[in-house]
Amino acid sequence: MKIAVCVSHVPDTATRIKIGADRKAIDPAGVTYIINPYDEFAVEEALKTKEKIGGDSLVYVITVGGEANKDTIRKALAMGVDEGILLKDDNQRDSFGIAKALADEIKSLGCEIVFCGKQSVDYDNSITGQIVAEMLNYNCVPVVVDFKIDGNKITAEREIEGGKEVVETELPAVITTQKGLNEPRYASLKGIMAAKKKTITEKPAIPSTNFAEVLDMNLPATKQPGRILGSDSSAVAELVKLLREEAKVI
Amino acid sequence: MANKILAVLEQREGTIKKVSFEVASTAAKLSKELNLDVEAVVAGAEVSNINEVSKYGISKLVHFKNSEFNNYSSSAYADVFSGYASEVGATYIIVGNTAFGNDLAPRLSVKLNSGCVVDCINLTVESGEVIATRPIYAGKSNLKTKLNSDVKIFTIRPNIFKAELSDAGSFSVDVKEVSNPNLKSKVVAYKKSEGKLDVAEADIIVSGGRGMKGPENFNLLESLADVLGAAVGASRAVVDAGWRPHREQVGQTGKTVSPTLYVACGISGAIQHLAGMSTSKYIVAINKDKDAPIFSVADYGIAGDLFDVLPVLTEEIKKIKS
Repeated sequence: MKIAVCVSHVPDTATRIKIGADRKAIDPAGVTYIINPYDEFAVEEALKTKEKIGGDSLVYVITVGGEANKDTIRKALAMGVDEGILLKDDNQRDSFGIAKALADEIKSLGCEIVFCGKQSVDYDNSITGQIVAEMLNYNCVPVVVDFKIDGNKITAEREIEGGKEVVETELPAVITTQKGLNEPRYASLKGIMAAKKKTITEKPAIPSTNFAEVLDMNLPATKQPGRILGSDSSAVAELVKLLREEAKVI
Repeated sequence: MANKILAVLEQREGTIKKVSFEVASTAAKLSKELNLDVEAVVAGAEVSNINEVSKYGISKLVHFKNSEFNNYSSSAYADVFSGYASEVGATYIIVGNTAFGNDLAPRLSVKLNSGCVVDCINLTVESGEVIATRPIYAGKSNLKTKLNSDVKIFTIRPNIFKAELSDAGSFSVDVKEVSNPNLKSKVVAYKKSEGKLDVAEADIIVSGGRGMKGPENFNLLESLADVLGAAVGASRAVVDAGWRPHREQVGQTGKTVSPTLYVACGISGAIQHLAGMSTSKYIVAINKDKDAPIFSVADYGIAGDLFDVLPVLTEEIKKIKS
């Protein structure tokens, strides 16, 4: 079986955001880029699924973006993914545009199961996986914290407000991964060396017109620091009074 | 050309959720500004509080009914709602940005060939167009965006838009029985987290970080949470250390929250944590280090030992509440 993992290449979560001159995107100067943290769970689950199914299963990592995305592909290859595919486009795409390119590639590869992170930590859209599934007419379970596959049948638990939903569906399917699903493996030195010999195919992403138009990007108003009321429990009485009378929250 | 705005409501176990009244109210308000008709839609088996929707400026509600619809089915719900949206020529669809809305909205967007903006914190009408504002980078930045598709879908963040009372004059409920729904993907069970409030929905959050020193000390936070009726949250450091479950994590790789009150205990305030909670209405910080970044966003702080402060705070609040 062919398995796809879709990944994105994003600024490290410790990044302080500076807005670019055009006010449409961040200023990338000095920013460290990493594999999207939620995509590491997707890579791990794809590898585990391959190990479970066995046979001649193959795992492909697919990403849409510029040349720099190859670093993220290599990270996935070092963890154990078989082949990398970069769908090149240096322009910013909305979720729809990214999904369109991914779906096209997944279809031509013939992948029956697709894993991707539940959202990218840059634009926080959290809908790309669902759009890919719908475009391919695949089933989809987003925000998965427990995943089981038995032949064609999938049982997945997804996180919702106040609990979990147990979803039953069938292949072909897209699963979007949430923290808690697994512990992503570290790339071993052997894995890193092996990754250098693995193929990264590069091709243009199929064209797409964005539905979403960015008008402006800005920084939220910063909060004024408040008052330090004291340095021990003797300040509690005043704190409670302020919460009751000034903030009126208790 | 089409002329409707649809408010897609969410029910859980037969009760329409609070966020759906915010959705209804937001759709009703937009309909006035855009001069469109508004309708609410819900899928469910029996839904107990349907009439409550009428309080929020909605005069027509369509209930898609099937005995299987008590539980969510992404395939069935997406078919039903997209079919109806096409039938009535809906140009705008508003959904809550919950697990439900986040699953459903992108599917509708493919079926209706429309753009979708998720997690909006503001929707305004400028020159007849809806301009959406949404946080990105977990709230480190905001993005203003508009959609250039014929049909436009927006999901709204819970607890941000007000459910404003507005009398629409009349209210009718149209029940449509759905036969043979497409259940190829369906929820077979709902596992409630053991009696705990969820940080994403809580009005008050009491959150702990590495300063709690160990998982055994979180009972101090749980006691405070109990007296406040609050949810317990956690920083990434303590979730990664395995002290607390991931569903409690607040911040960039956890949940972004905007409660009325956020009490940060033993949390220094790493940038990815601040991104996830700094839009809380009131923030209280309790931390030994008076230079901790958490104090830069806190309204009230106690720069002291939380093991000294927390028990006293819990007792004081208990006194008020009793």
